[in-house]
Amino acid sequence: MSRIWTFGSDVDTDQIVPGRFAPFMLKEGDDVKNYAFVTANPAFNKEAQPGDIIVAADNFGCGSSREYAPAALKRRQIGGIIANSFARIFFRNAVNLGIPVFVAPDVVAAVQDGDTAVLDPATGQITLNGTTYQMPPLPGFAQEIITAGGIVPYVRTHGRFPGETVT
Amino acid sequence: MGQTLTEQILSNNIGRAVAPGELIIVRPDVSMGHDSLSPGIIRTVQQQLGAAKVADPDQIVLVMDHVAPASNVSVANSHNEIRHFAREQGIRLFEVGRGICHQVLVEEKLARPGRIIVGSDSHSTSYGAVGAFGTGMGSTDIALSWATGKVWFRVPETIRIDVSGRFQPGVDAKDLALKLGREMGIGGATYAAIEYHGLGWMPMNMRQTIASMAIELGAKAGIFPPDGEVADRFDVPEWLFVDETAVYTQTISVDLDTLEPQIAIPHAPDDVVDLSEVIGTKIDAVFLGTCTNGRYEDMRVAADLLADKQIHPHVRLLVSPASRNELLRAMADDTMQILLNAGATLTTPGCGPCMGRHAGTLGEGDTCFSTGNRNFQGRMGHPSSQIYLGSPMVAAATALAGKITDPRTL
Repeated sequence: MSRIWTFGSDVDTDQIVPGRFAPFMLKEGDDVKNYAFVTANPAFNKEAQPGDIIVAADNFGCGSSREYAPAALKRRQIGGIIANSFARIFFRNAVNLGIPVFVAPDVVAAVQDGDTAVLDPATGQITLNGTTYQMPPLPGFAQEIITAGGIVPYVRTHGRFPGETVT
Repeated sequence: MGQTLTEQILSNNIGRAVAPGELIIVRPDVSMGHDSLSPGIIRTVQQQLGAAKVADPDQIVLVMDHVAPASNVSVANSHNEIRHFAREQGIRLFEVGRGICHQVLVEEKLARPGRIIVGSDSHSTSYGAVGAFGTGMGSTDIALSWATGKVWFRVPETIRIDVSGRFQPGVDAKDLALKLGREMGIGGATYAAIEYHGLGWMPMNMRQTIASMAIELGAKAGIFPPDGEVADRFDVPEWLFVDETAVYTQTISVDLDTLEPQIAIPHAPDDVVDLSEVIGTKIDAVFLGTCTNGRYEDMRVAADLLADKQIHPHVRLLVSPASRNELLRAMADDTMQILLNAGATLTTPGCGPCMGRHAGTLGEGDTCFSTGNRNFQGRMGHPSSQIYLGSPMVAAATALAGKITDPRTL
C-alpha cells in the first residue's frame, strides 16, 4: 500500500526543490532528495516513503526546467505522479527519468491526502478506497521510455530513440 | 492549408511537412547548457550514455551565467569541470562575465530566424524574439542531444496572439508579458507554441522581454514573425513567413492602447494586478536585470527616472546587465553613471540574484521589486521573502520612493 500525498495547482519546481538546494550548491555527500518539498510540504520531506504517490491538481511542475526537481522525487522512489495536467518540461523530464506519470482527473477528484492506494504503473490501474480506476495510458512513445526505466537506459539498449528509424 | 512558424521550422529541420501532435526526432541547430546544470549533463553524457565524444561539438554552446563568478568552492569546481569538458571536446564556451545565455546567443547570432535552439534553461523560449524555435529542456534531454545530436519533440499546436494599439507613456513590453499571464494563466499555453502578431514595429529588446516570458504561460515556444528590426539585423530564410492560411487552436486579442502597468504579486507570475492596486507597498530591494529586462534600453529608462536623484536610503538597487555588450552600451553614454550616482550596485553581467544563489540573495522577510520573470516562493532566497515583478520604469520609481510607485506620478 502506498500513501497518497496531495498537492494543489501550479506546484512549481522551486517548491519541489528550491534553487538554493541545487545539487551543485550542496556539500559533498549531501543528496538533492533530502530537499524534496523541503519548505512547501515539510511532512512529505520527512515522511514520504518509496512507492508513495503524488496526486496534484493542474499544471504540476511548472516553472524552471531544473531536472533535479523530478530527479529528487525519483531518488525518493516515488511510485508515480497523478495530476489533472502537467507542465510540459516537467512532464518530459519525468518520462525521461522513468517516473510513471498519469493524467487522470477522476482519480485526482477521488483522493484525500493520507489515503492509501495500490498503483500498477504498467497497466495504469489504481485501487483506492475499494474502487479500481483505469487511468488513460500515456502515448506509446512515452510508455516505452518509462517501461525501459527512462530514456537513457532506452537509448543505451536500443541505440536509437523510440519510434526512430535508423538509416 | 498553411503552416504556423513553428510547423515551418520543425518541417524544415526534418525535411518533410509535420502536423501538430506528431512525435518527431529533430537535430537542433544549437544545444545550450549553462553552468548550473552542465556538470550533471556532462556526467549523463559520459557516464550514463557512455559517450566519450559528443556527437557534434559545433552544435553545442556552453555559457557561464547562473552563479558566475563562482560563489563558493563547490561551484568553482563545477565551473572548472565545464571548462575542462569544453576544451577537451572543442566546444564553444562563453566565460564568466560575457552575459546571460539567452542574450549572448542572440548577440552572437547563434539564435537566428528559422533555427531550432534547445537549452537547459526554461527561458530558452527567448530565442523566439528573433524568429527561432527556442525551448527549454531538462538535463537528460540536453545530454541526449549532446551525445546523439538529436532530441524528441511532440509538434505543438499554436496559439495566436493578436496585438493592436501602442504602449501609452509609462507602459512597456513587460506589462504586455505580464498581461498575457493574467489573461492566460501560468498553464494557459501548456504544450503549445505561441505566435505574436501585430508587433512588426516592436524593437528587438522588447520582443526578447515578451518571448522570455512565454514559458510563464507554460508554452513550449513563443515566436515573433521575423520582421521589422529582426529582418534588418538577420537573414531570414525564404521558407519562413506568416502564412495567413495557417491553423491556430486559439486566438487571443490584446489592445495596448488601454493597457495599464501590470505587477505580478507574490508568489506566481500569473498573479497579476494593475499597478494602482499595489501602490505604496514597502520594498527593501530593487533588482534591475535578467534575460527579461537586463538590456541597455531597460537600464536607460531607469536612468531617465533616476537622473540627478538618489534612491531611497532603505532600498538597495542591484543592476545586473544581461551581457557585457549591454553593459558597454550603458557605459558609452551616461546611463551607467546615472544609475551608480543614484546609489545602484552593479553586479557581473549574468543572471544575478534572479534565482537566489548569489549576488543579492534575499533574507528573511525581505520584499523585492524585480524586473525578472519569476516570483515563486523562495526563488530569490528565504522562503519568507516576497517578490513583485514589473517593468524597469516602475522598478526605478520604486527604488526612489522605497515603495511601489507609479513612474507617471514622478
